[in-house]
Amino acid sequence: MGSYIPNTENDKKEMMDFLCISSPDELFKEIPDEVLLKGELLIPSGKSEMEVNMIMKKTAAKNHVFSTILRGAGAYYHYIPSIVKSVISKEEFVTAYTPYQAEMSQGLLQAIFEYQTMICALTGMKASNASVYDGATAAAEAVAMCRDKKRGKVLISEGVHPQVIEVIRTYLTGFGDEIVMISCKNGTTDLRALKEEMNDEAACVLIQQPNFYGAIEPAEEIGAIVHQTKAGFIMHCNPISLGLLKTPGECGADIAVGEGQPLGMPLSYGGPYLGFMAASAEMMRKLPGRIVGQTTDTEGRRAYVLTLQAREQHIRREKAASNICSNQALCALTAAVYMSVMGPEGIKQAALHCMSNAHYLADELCRLKSFAMENSSEFFHEFTTVCEDAPTVLQALEKEDILGGLMLDDRRILWCVTEMTGKEELDRAVKIIQRLYDKNLEA
Amino acid sequence: MTDLKFTRTHEWVKYTENKKAKVGLTDYAQQQLGDLVFINLPEEGDAVTAKETFCDVESVKAVSDVYSPLSGTISSVNEDLMDAPELINEKPYEAWIAEIEDITDTADFLTEEEYEAFIKTKA
Amino acid sequence: MKLIFETGQEGRRCTILPNLSVPEYILENDLQRKQELMLPCVSETEVSRHYTALSNRVHGVNNGFYPLGSCTMKYNPRINDEAAGLPGFTNIHPMQPEHTAEGCLEVLKEAEELLCEITGMNAMTFQPAAGAHGEFTGLLLMHAYHTKRNDSKRTRILVPDSAHGTNPASAAMVGYTIVNIPSTEHGLVDLEALKAALTPEVAGLMLTNPNTLGLFDKNILEITRLVHEAGGLNYYDGANLNAIIGRARPGDMGFDIVHLNLHKTFSTPHGGGGPGSGPVGCKEFLSGYLPGHRVKRENGNHFQLPSDESIGRVKMFEGNFLVVVRALTYLLTIGKEGAADISGTAVLNANYMMKKLADTFTVAYPGICMHEFVLSLENVKEEHHVSALDFAKAMQDYGMHPPTMYFPMIVHEALMLEPTETESKETIDYAVLVMKELYTAAEKDPQKLKDAPFSQPVRRLDEVAAARKPVLTYDFTQV
Repeated sequence: MGSYIPNTENDKKEMMDFLCISSPDELFKEIPDEVLLKGELLIPSGKSEMEVNMIMKKTAAKNHVFSTILRGAGAYYHYIPSIVKSVISKEEFVTAYTPYQAEMSQGLLQAIFEYQTMICALTGMKASNASVYDGATAAAEAVAMCRDKKRGKVLISEGVHPQVIEVIRTYLTGFGDEIVMISCKNGTTDLRALKEEMNDEAACVLIQQPNFYGAIEPAEEIGAIVHQTKAGFIMHCNPISLGLLKTPGECGADIAVGEGQPLGMPLSYGGPYLGFMAASAEMMRKLPGRIVGQTTDTEGRRAYVLTLQAREQHIRREKAASNICSNQALCALTAAVYMSVMGPEGIKQAALHCMSNAHYLADELCRLKSFAMENSSEFFHEFTTVCEDAPTVLQALEKEDILGGLMLDDRRILWCVTEMTGKEELDRAVKIIQRLYDKNLEA
Repeated sequence: MTDLKFTRTHEWVKYTENKKAKVGLTDYAQQQLGDLVFINLPEEGDAVTAKETFCDVESVKAVSDVYSPLSGTISSVNEDLMDAPELINEKPYEAWIAEIEDITDTADFLTEEEYEAFIKTKA
Repeated sequence: MKLIFETGQEGRRCTILPNLSVPEYILENDLQRKQELMLPCVSETEVSRHYTALSNRVHGVNNGFYPLGSCTMKYNPRINDEAAGLPGFTNIHPMQPEHTAEGCLEVLKEAEELLCEITGMNAMTFQPAAGAHGEFTGLLLMHAYHTKRNDSKRTRILVPDSAHGTNPASAAMVGYTIVNIPSTEHGLVDLEALKAALTPEVAGLMLTNPNTLGLFDKNILEITRLVHEAGGLNYYDGANLNAIIGRARPGDMGFDIVHLNLHKTFSTPHGGGGPGSGPVGCKEFLSGYLPGHRVKRENGNHFQLPSDESIGRVKMFEGNFLVVVRALTYLLTIGKEGAADISGTAVLNANYMMKKLADTFTVAYPGICMHEFVLSLENVKEEHHVSALDFAKAMQDYGMHPPTMYFPMIVHEALMLEPTETESKETIDYAVLVMKELYTAAEKDPQKLKDAPFSQPVRRLDEVAAARKPVLTYDFTQV
């Protein structure tokens, strides 16, 4: 029933008369009869906008929106400033294609150029691309950037998100490269284990900062170890943490990647998110995907254009390092608006809130007799606790409308605290757990 | 230019001392390619095979393979081209790409006159 | 115009976050960044005006005609965005318990069922974030299939020369060697060349049908049969599905794997380059290899099941989920009647526009086209030295986005037009008028086209300088 076709029957008739046909069906005669659908598709009839609106609302209502979220593990619940939402719903941005026609797309190109600049500011790197699909594919593309016939080993810290590792493994399917896992010790990458694996066969080393379990990695030391060989050093970073933490640039990373979702994108059941990628000047031309560069027009005015295109699939075809075409441009715009609104002080403040709130929860939880930190490493806004019967703890929180941390196994929980949960919510959560143990004691 | 040899894939070769040879792109090639913006240089020590691609050059909207006129080992590359690929456009016969040593095989070479005649057939 | 870094003042800021409610935690100095964080220091007014000014320098499909061939720039209904913006979708954590994400699982399951019916497939994954990502995923399914059968000699993928650049690039990412299949003079797959290329090393064929010339390959059943007989699989690039939706299904043409571009056929906006969504559907015998989890329905409830044979994740979580919400909203709106109407009108619009232009321009492959067609401006280039690029730039001055240029590569001076079904007859008539006017201008005053555009914020750009000395970030030291 619903339709977005403006042509009336009369319009269609005039057009068909011009083509000397009596039905659009005549235009499909190249399709063999065996292939042409004889009846209708077995899908429901179309509906009006109002009906569809109601259906989608009903479907959304079948989800439960938690009032407090203490779970991260790759998707982070942050405050999104109002203006971010209004800017990114501007129809010009939303409904444009990739800016192939530069003169007609200056607004978009400039916005991406500004995004690239901000990502470089955040990471301390020299060059950024215009985005890839998400943090995991960014890591996989970074590994591909370091691929080298002579070095077939990809070293990955066990502190990297398991889903990121899985995506890298999938991306390496058609190649002989071997993944070597580097174990963790007291929550962070074991430097001795890393040293033992560093040799001429290592193409790159990937760590996550802070790592999946929340701990802050000794990234600078790892960088120094990696650079004793020719291997590339890749850091997968949380962008909010970079408001406070030493940058990949300062740690000697060759490539910085990460999940940009915390920069103004809602949780959205996992996407669309934003893979950011930034590299050293030497690695710039190996970056995959779109890159915007500054230039001038014929009248000498400053202007922006997609550049270094000869790296890409539409020119290099099978010799391109990556097949990426569509990226996450609107998400990159979201991140740029978010960083503009927050500014340097706002990003630092968000980071400080995350870290302070997380440490507060960790302290309060560990006051409970049955809770302890899994390790003594410094952390940012995620940390792992050990307790008895993790499922019961999480169920008790869920009953009270709190999404607790992610259960790693029956005893370990990975918590995440952002600026969204202050003292009041955290005290409430701890009290619920406290009550649980009190009840157990009584029983 | 009489000391140069040419290939049908538009590279030139100039033998230097010590049985080495420098390799570059012809004037005709650079005209066809247009403004070059980047060159993916081979690495010193790479083994190259005659008639197989050993590096590529980029213009804004195209990338083109450069074929090695010789089999051998890259003894040095012209690093100046990294920052200034336009040298190939400006002075194609001075802007050598790589020098090859331990030469074991060659492509079919044309003399200057033969090459001039060859590109006339392309026009 | 100014960059955002050139607006604002040090110390200026927006007030977004409250004061801390817990004691401030002081991070060890050694772990702290020392590099200054160079982000804009601006007020909210400045942010608002800056981005409004930028948006005025962008042309989206909601601004005007956008006949960008092979990109299916149809109108993006706002109801889709409203549905995707519901807090019941946006505030759901991807790792929250299944029973609290029932609505999300329902969206995935329902979209899978509808799109499988439309394509003639049996199972679908929504992990791929874009068309190219879908191609990569689909080829991994092919790889897994042959590997499972211990058929390790199959290392080649056949790709027609008219294919999108992503096809060979995706195949290379799976480690395959690419064999190009030439087109016949009529723009279709050369069957003799195909037969010759079908060696025991062939893993499969990637095909867009209708192809990038806007032609439906009438030999499709023979093509897919030949590939199957040689032990290969058939992959359908769904970039051009808009031409046949509701009328023919890739599954009935002999294809085993399909990717769709939800941001093309299914009206989700392209966002200036993304996010898109490139779901991959396959026949039952390949479903075990799909990435991520399968959504199952039992007694009206949904849950996820892993597969031991899966190729592994290609992306975190469940793909670009909100894009799937938009596409589902669209599918519910158009329904079974709307599907065939879309392709019928898209193809009618394209043929009407092509025939209107045919008395002036050279149509690369005359006859009936599907949803798009290709013009060749080779004669204009030769006679008047006006290129397809000049022509495209001049079209900008008439408030319309130019067609796809210089693609497919097998047509010289190509302009590829796809009007889509959401454009009216008046819009098409106006575009035809403009293009004919420009043709006359090319004959009489070619310089005018060479100097175009005149109406945009900038004139033509120095792309050579941009690529030779890349400036990819703002230089803060220049102030």
